[in-house]
Formats: sequence, C-alpha cells, structure tokens
Amino acid sequence: MLSFLSRRLFVAFCVCLTVSGLSFALMFLAGDPAIAIAGSGGRAEDAEAIRIAYGFNRPLLVQYFDWITSALRGDLGQSIYFNIPVTEIIASRIGVTLTLGCVAFVVALAIAVPLGIAAALGPNGWIDRIALMIAVSGQAIPSFWLGLMAIVVFGVWYGWVPISGAETWQGYILPVIVLSYYAVPELMRITRSGMIDVLSTDYVRAARAKGLPMHLVVSRHALRNAILPLVSLSAVQLGQLLSGSIVIESVFALNGLGRLAWESLLRSDLPVVQAIILILALLYVVLTTLADILNAGLDPRLRGGA
Amino acid sequence: MTQTIRTRMARGALLLAATTALTALTLAPAWADKASNTLNVAFAAEPEPLDTYKIAGREGLILARHIYDGLLYKDLDSGEIVPALAESWAFTAPQVMEFTLRQGVTFHNGAPFSADDVVETLNAVVKPEYGTRYSISVDWIESVEKLDDHRVRITMSKPFAGAIEMLADALPIYPHEFFAENGSAGMAATPIGTGPYRLVAQEPGVRYELERFAEHYAGSPKGDASIERIVVRTIPEMNTQYAELMSGALDWIWRIPPDQAERLEGRVQIISAPIMRIGYVGFAPEALGGDSPIADKTVRQALIHATNRGAIVDAFAGGASEVLDTACNPAQFGCLQDVVSYDYDPEQARAMLAEAGYGEGFEIDMVFAAMPRPMAEAIAADLAQVGVTLTLNEQQYAAGVGKWRAKDLPAFFSNWGSYGIGDTAFILSNFFGGGADDLVQDAELAGWLTTADSASDRALREENYAKAVQKIAEEAYWMPMYNFNVNYGLASDLAFTPHPDEFARWWLASWN
Repeated sequence: MLSFLSRRLFVAFCVCLTVSGLSFALMFLAGDPAIAIAGSGGRAEDAEAIRIAYGFNRPLLVQYFDWITSALRGDLGQSIYFNIPVTEIIASRIGVTLTLGCVAFVVALAIAVPLGIAAALGPNGWIDRIALMIAVSGQAIPSFWLGLMAIVVFGVWYGWVPISGAETWQGYILPVIVLSYYAVPELMRITRSGMIDVLSTDYVRAARAKGLPMHLVVSRHALRNAILPLVSLSAVQLGQLLSGSIVIESVFALNGLGRLAWESLLRSDLPVVQAIILILALLYVVLTTLADILNAGLDPRLRGGA
Repeated sequence: MTQTIRTRMARGALLLAATTALTALTLAPAWADKASNTLNVAFAAEPEPLDTYKIAGREGLILARHIYDGLLYKDLDSGEIVPALAESWAFTAPQVMEFTLRQGVTFHNGAPFSADDVVETLNAVVKPEYGTRYSISVDWIESVEKLDDHRVRITMSKPFAGAIEMLADALPIYPHEFFAENGSAGMAATPIGTGPYRLVAQEPGVRYELERFAEHYAGSPKGDASIERIVVRTIPEMNTQYAELMSGALDWIWRIPPDQAERLEGRVQIISAPIMRIGYVGFAPEALGGDSPIADKTVRQALIHATNRGAIVDAFAGGASEVLDTACNPAQFGCLQDVVSYDYDPEQARAMLAEAGYGEGFEIDMVFAAMPRPMAEAIAADLAQVGVTLTLNEQQYAAGVGKWRAKDLPAFFSNWGSYGIGDTAFILSNFFGGGADDLVQDAELAGWLTTADSASDRALREENYAKAVQKIAEEAYWMPMYNFNVNYGLASDLAFTPHPDEFARWWLASWN
C-alpha cells in the first residue's frame, strides 16, 4: 500500500508540473499579456511600462521557473487585476464553488444510483425508459438554456427563489438542480450497466436460487460489485462539477472559482489563472487517488496489482 | 346559475389574490426600491480595485467618481469646466497653473481637505513606480507645490492641451495622511474621498454598497444626490440581468445589445445614448512597404465606396449610432465634419479598382477585435461584390493590437473610446501622431497634430485638427464606421440621464 501511495504521489507531482507548464505557455500564445492588461485605450508606452513592471520582458522559461519555485513555497503571487494576494482571492471564492459542486454531486448521486438500480432490475421497462429519457435530455440540453429557463419560470413567473446571487441559501437551489442534472446521466448509466452485468452472473443466480429476497441480493451481492466503476466515475464527475461550473456560476451570478478563472483569463491575470489551474489539477489528482484507494478497499484483487 | 358564476368568480379572484400576494411577498424587497430609496445596479464585468489611477474598466471608474472628487469638473450639458475641489484656477505662465482650493470640505473619514492632499496625491501618482495605468493622464505633470494651506501650483512638464480635461474628475484627490500610510492597496481596500457617496461595504469584484455622504460639500458640481443607497452587483450573464430587471430586483443595467434592447422595450424602460467610442477600420499603408494594394490611395477609397456602411450600422449597431466620415467622434472638440465623404457605390469602387490596376480584385487579411463578427462578415461580403477577398481573423484585443503594432496587419477593425473625453487630441494623436499605433507615418499629419496638441489657443488647435481630419479622410487612411451607442435598461420609475462619456452619474438620478 505504501509503494502504491508513493507512486501515486510521484505521478500526481508530474501531472501538476505538466499542466501548469502547458497552461503557462498557452497564456502567452493567446496574446501579449502586457497589452491585455493595459486594456482598450492603452498606448504602446503603457504596455511597455507594464511589461517591465511585471517582468513579461524576461524569457518565458525564467518567468515560469520563478513562478513554480514560489508556488512550491506556498506563494502564489499577487493578482495583477485586484492587486491583492492570489490566495486571498481564491479563499474568498472557493467556498461558493465547493458548496455548489458538493451539494450538486450528492443530489446527483441520490437520484442516479436508485434510478440506475431500478432501471437495471427491469431492463426496457417503464422506469428504464424514463431513465433513458432523462439521460438523453440531460446530455442534449445546454446548461445555460436550462438555467435561464429555470430562472424565467421559478424566479420571474413564480418568484419562488432568488434569480441570482448567493447571499442566501435559497440562491443555491436552482444552480444545484441545474448542475446536478448534468451529472445524473453518466452516473445513472454506469450504475445500470454495472448492475445488469452483475445480475446475470452465476453468484447472483445462486443467491436468488437459495431463496434470498431480491433487495438483499441487490444490496449484499450485486451492488458491491457493480459499484466499482461508479466510484471511479464519481471521482471524475466531482472533479468536473467543481471545475466545470463556469457556465452555471455565470448564469446565476455566483462568484465561484470557475467564473474567477474565466474572467481572469479574459483580463490576462496570469497569477490567478495559474493558481486556479494548479488547484484544479491537484484536486483531480487527489480525487482519482482517493477513488483508487476506495476501490482497492472494496475489491482486494486491485491491491495485488498495485 | 348566477350562484355558480359568482362562486367561480370568487374562487378566481381568490386565486388571483393569492398569486399576487405570493408574488408580492417574494418580490417585496424589489418593489420597495423606491420606498427604501435604494438603487440596485448590475454590471456584467467585475469592477477593478477602487484606486482610480490604476483602473482601466468603466465599471470601477464609475464607482470611483461617486466616491472621489477632482479639482475641477466638466459639465457635459454646457461643455463648461466648472470648479469642484478647486474654487478657481488660472494659468500664471504657459505651463504653470495655480489653484485656490475650496474650504470647509471634509473627507469620508472626517479628515479636512487642504493643499497637502492635492500635493501629496498628485506627486505620488506621477512617479513611474506608482504604476498609474494610463501614463497620458499624469505624465504632463512635472511637480505640484503647496503655496499655502489653500493654494497649490502645478508645473507642467510639457505642453498638453488635455490638462484641464484630466483635472476635471479624472485625477481624484485622496486624503494625504491615510494615503501615505496605506498606499494604493489601502485606498482600494478602504476608498475614502470627498464625493457624494461613501463606500460602506465591498466584496471586491462582486458587490459594492454606497451610501449618500451627508457632509458632501455645499456648492459641489455633483450637487445634492437624491438616492440614499446604491447597491452594485456583478451579474455576468446579460439574460440573468434582464430577468432581475423585469422582476424588479434591479433598477439599472447597461450595454444591452441592440436586438435584445428591442425585445425588452415595453417591459422596462430602455434608453439609447451615443458615446465617444467609435468603430473604425485602420489601414496600414506604411507597414507593408508599398507592396500591398492598401498602399494605393485609390484602392483605399474604393474599399470605402464598396462597403455599405449605412446598412451595416443600421443592422448591427442601431439605436443612436450613425455612419461617420471622420476618424474622430463629431462630439469631440476639433472634429470638423466638413470632409470628403465616400458614399456606398460599388460601381465606382469597381472602376477605381480597375484604374488602380486591380480590376481582377485581390486578397487581403483583416483582423478584427472587440467588434461584432456579423459586422466584419458584412464588410467582407460587400468587398466580395467588387472582387476583393477579405480574409477575416477574429482575435482578442491584446493579440490584435500586438499584431498591429508589430506591423503584421494590412487592416485592423476595432474601436477606440478616447477615454470618454470630448477632445480630438485623445484619438488622432494616438493613431496619426507618429507613435507605435501610427502605421501611416505621415509627417505632415503628425506635425499638425503636435501643434494642435500643445497649443492652448483653441482657435489654433481647431484649425490644425481640421487640417488633420481633412487629410485623413482625403487619403482614406481609415474607413470610419460609426459612433457607438449604449442601451440602458432602467426600472420604469427611475429618472436617469445618460452622458456620452459613459460615466453614469447616479448622483443625478431620482425616482419619478
């Protein structure tokens, strides 16, 4: 287990290094950051002054090396746009994203898993058809459209919930529903297909033959085996919910990390973009590692390979 | 029968009442805007930290102008420069100004306003290490001296016609003790000014709460504000802003695209107002060293004749926008309108191209940035009609400008806002004065502009700008497109007057 962990940690480090290096290079490909910071109306002299002030005139490798060595010491630098430490901005924004992502994830699981099991127990039955319909529409409807429709119906027409902002907990209701709607299809489909596979195995048939009630067959024998791919997928899904809520955050005016990343990208606030990418890369690495460990706990066979 | 109808009607009325009550209940805070005298505002972009000298975006600058005051103020309705923190001023030499300051003015933190505040603020922000965002705004100041507690002298480092414009609310005065202790970051974290509103709470980039400053000085050109409280939120998605505005939770939004403004009309109050910013296609005859068809004046003129600018502007800009003949905004001082004009005439365009030896047409690249794609595509479609293939390439503003300055582009379609200032100096000198953005490099033109920029005699300035504006049109160095307009969406009971400099003046707003 120890060598398994240390190997995972080394891979994690390499992943973060590669991701941050690539994103650093991409930011400079997207245009001269000094001109972007000078803004529309910025003259060549202003851009030149910014170039010198922020050291953009140095070789790219030197700039990257400087950044990565400070980052390793825990110093993520100052935001060019807000002129305050990056860690301070991220700390003020990460709560919204974590709340939104985690709640949406729990809601999605609570809907997807029971629905997936029910669909698997009666393939092509009416529950399965409804589940299929949800899955298809969930993947086909763009999230901004669904978000805006929810706003019009529940915010403007009925006035049941706040339209935007996260000043009260009610502000989270619509975004959580819309965001979780997009996580449900994949989680449900993988639960369903896993269950169908397991339900046709010999040991399940044996369990049923010895007269065990169906709910015990499902909970004791089938689910534990069908859940392995679900755990891996859940890690990826949670990562996506946390890193990919940019659209939802914009539509509902929630000031989370996703929106911060997008806006920082537009205004070439390099230190903020770099820090967010690093944090998200770390997050994915941690989540997938956790999923691997969890799976190793659930299925002893996986430990042998590690 | 009657009984049934009555019962039904009663039931219906009850249902209606219940729905109304429910809606009223949930929308209660929104409907109370007028009653609570609170103006609820949304911006799509995040305001920057509130140190005016480091802000480029209009959102942050608008908030800053409510909090801080400058020495002077420009009354856009009369075009006059009027006293603000300075009671009077005079040029004592060509490059020396003296100001008598107003007495009895206090900052939001209670500190009294005096000459020290002016001297220390301006002397701090002119230093290059302070990092003032637009050097053009302060690099004309050599030094500021205190003559006595209520008199200061500003010595200029060079002649600059825009000096008075800059002092009119673009260079705010900070409380010197607080500023010396806390610097730029401190001002941004705790903005303290003498303005009509003081900041009572902020979540930087997210939410700002302003409250009317009861001790705002008497005689201020910003007058007595009538709205008690202003709450500003960032809502990036315009559709969400419309929903909030229609439900009554917002009272003021802006920069609504023309097609959507049309749809909102009737449901909320929509106002369209022209602004300083203009759209243009810049040609770079010098950059390509005469190898490009663009280097030929007849070709440039033909391209303008071939473009149906009227139809394009009507279709994609609408509102208060109009086609321009000049490389400056007609609302700007010195922007003479008596220039050669190129009508939409594809026949003539074809003839001119043939005359220039391009009867078969040619291919050329055009980068566009911060302009709507349909507009660029419409230009390309019009030019295709006369045999010119325009290859479009949309880029981020920074990337486009970078390529322009690197002389990589024959044509660049973008826009320029002149910092919202009504003076031709703030547009022509940047593009034709010989600097990095000048890819025409016309020495005669640069000479006139230098004279106009540095003279303090208005007639002399006007005369030289007129020559420049005429030559730019005659040579077709630019294809001027149109002056931008801004659509505002307002609560139906809000009285708000927009201004062409894009600075919202909420201190002038009131409820009907």
